[in-house]
Amino acid sequence: MGNTSSMLTQYDIEEVQEHCNHAFSQQEIVSLYHRFCQLDRSGSGFISADEFLSVPEFAVNPLAERLLRMLDGLNFKEFVAFLPAFSSRTSLQQKIEFIFKVYDLDCNGKVTFDDVLNVLRDLTGSFMSEQQRQEVLTRVLEEAGYTPDSSLTLPDFMKILGNSDLKMEVEVPID
Amino acid sequence: MAEALGSSSAEMDLDRPNLEEYLPTDSIQDSPKNLHLRDLLDISPTLTEAAGAIVDDSFTRCFKSNPPEPWNWNIYLFPLWCLGVVVRYGILFPLRVAVLAIGWIVFFSAFFPVHFLLKGYPKWRRKLERKLVEMMCSVFVASWTGVVKYHGPRPSTRPHQVFVANHTSMIDFIILEQMTAFAVIMQKHPGWVGFIQKTILESVGCIWFNRTESKDRGVVGRKLREHVQGVDNNPLLIFPEGTCVNNHYTVMFKKGAFELGCAVCPIAIKYNKIFVDAFWNSKKQSFTMHLVRLMTSWAVVCDVWYLEPQYLRPGETPIEFAERVRDMISARAGLKKVPWDGYLKYFRPSPKHTERKQQIFAESILRRLERK
Repeated sequence: MGNTSSMLTQYDIEEVQEHCNHAFSQQEIVSLYHRFCQLDRSGSGFISADEFLSVPEFAVNPLAERLLRMLDGLNFKEFVAFLPAFSSRTSLQQKIEFIFKVYDLDCNGKVTFDDVLNVLRDLTGSFMSEQQRQEVLTRVLEEAGYTPDSSLTLPDFMKILGNSDLKMEVEVPID
Repeated sequence: MAEALGSSSAEMDLDRPNLEEYLPTDSIQDSPKNLHLRDLLDISPTLTEAAGAIVDDSFTRCFKSNPPEPWNWNIYLFPLWCLGVVVRYGILFPLRVAVLAIGWIVFFSAFFPVHFLLKGYPKWRRKLERKLVEMMCSVFVASWTGVVKYHGPRPSTRPHQVFVANHTSMIDFIILEQMTAFAVIMQKHPGWVGFIQKTILESVGCIWFNRTESKDRGVVGRKLREHVQGVDNNPLLIFPEGTCVNNHYTVMFKKGAFELGCAVCPIAIKYNKIFVDAFWNSKKQSFTMHLVRLMTSWAVVCDVWYLEPQYLRPGETPIEFAERVRDMISARAGLKKVPWDGYLKYFRPSPKHTERKQQIFAESILRRLERK
């Protein structure tokens, strides 16, 4: 009865907001909660890789598999915490940090030649040969003053991507 | 809901990746630009796309049922609403069940004699069976007080034509069938629906298949062609979406109906959600429960438009033809088009889509490399 649009209490919402550094408004969090429940078909309280892949638009993404390693089995709080990089309220620095994390899957704070190569492989598939990929990567790395043996750190990423205008924004639909 | 529809207008293009999405914008403006490390490391467009799909996607929206809007929110309306519940469940529902039961009894007591005794008179038998099926569908429509407005000329029975309609629920078929005895192509169902499919609807020339059996498709294709050629057959009705959509969107049309080389007559069906949402979410609800939901509502209100027959234009592929007809139906019924195959509800998308995105990205890198 009445308006039961959300099962989240004000307290829950504020807690989640805290958790994602206020990257989303309260309304957006309510929307994200509905979306979370929709994706969590089994009603288990977390979203499995399989449930993420049931969204075709996500499943066809070349980086889907890589992202799933970060996404698999997230509960609502973690789900929201994954998304701030795509909020308009988040600084460029945090966005770059997120990109760095996508490259640095083993979380050792370093992105090696192979890490970049792996992402490039996901993005180009069978349309570039392994040799071509290595050549391209070696070339651009050397041009930027790195060697294939050196690994990139977060400050390196900041320097490289810091002055480009990243367009990484996703609008949370509020209805 | 209006805002929800508006906000998703950009989503329709998601399936078609364009170059701009993958290249930083400045590189498109001054094109003979070298490839830099920054361009390789910047995976933000692909990430944004992925996050966008996680937050909201057009495919899931197609199959989202909308919960009824409660209107019992104040002290005056609440007793009224309660009274409504009592009337709907206590009076209307039993009455409707009775109507349906009487309808079935009359139907069966007429159908089986006709079916078995008139074997020697196929013309008579066919005609009577056709009438009986139409009658039974009218009983069904009456059992949820269907308020159906039909627009445009009634379908005629003649060879070389096929009717295509958008699909929201199995009741689409019932609503159309009560006017004209169509032969329909349908998914095989289990339970009592399956029984009716096998015994009764077979007699109006319906064709059944199983979505998951790939060899069924070939058989259906052949039967389709044979059926369309027959002079005396009931007009053929196909739901080319292949699955129920929530009547806000249309998903891709299967091309089968559009390569038969005959006239395609589009039918647009739009349900008014004022009393009940007619969308059958077959994954969540059995057809019986779906009918109960309809029978406990005040009424099912819908509009049906019979649109002008369309023919394959010279130089047009069946897929383009299908898209053109989908445009017509979507425009008439006020539905939004999405580029997804409805079968994705049951299967994963083919790697083809991913490969296309990879190809575009790879080509852009290689092209920029050559310029050096």
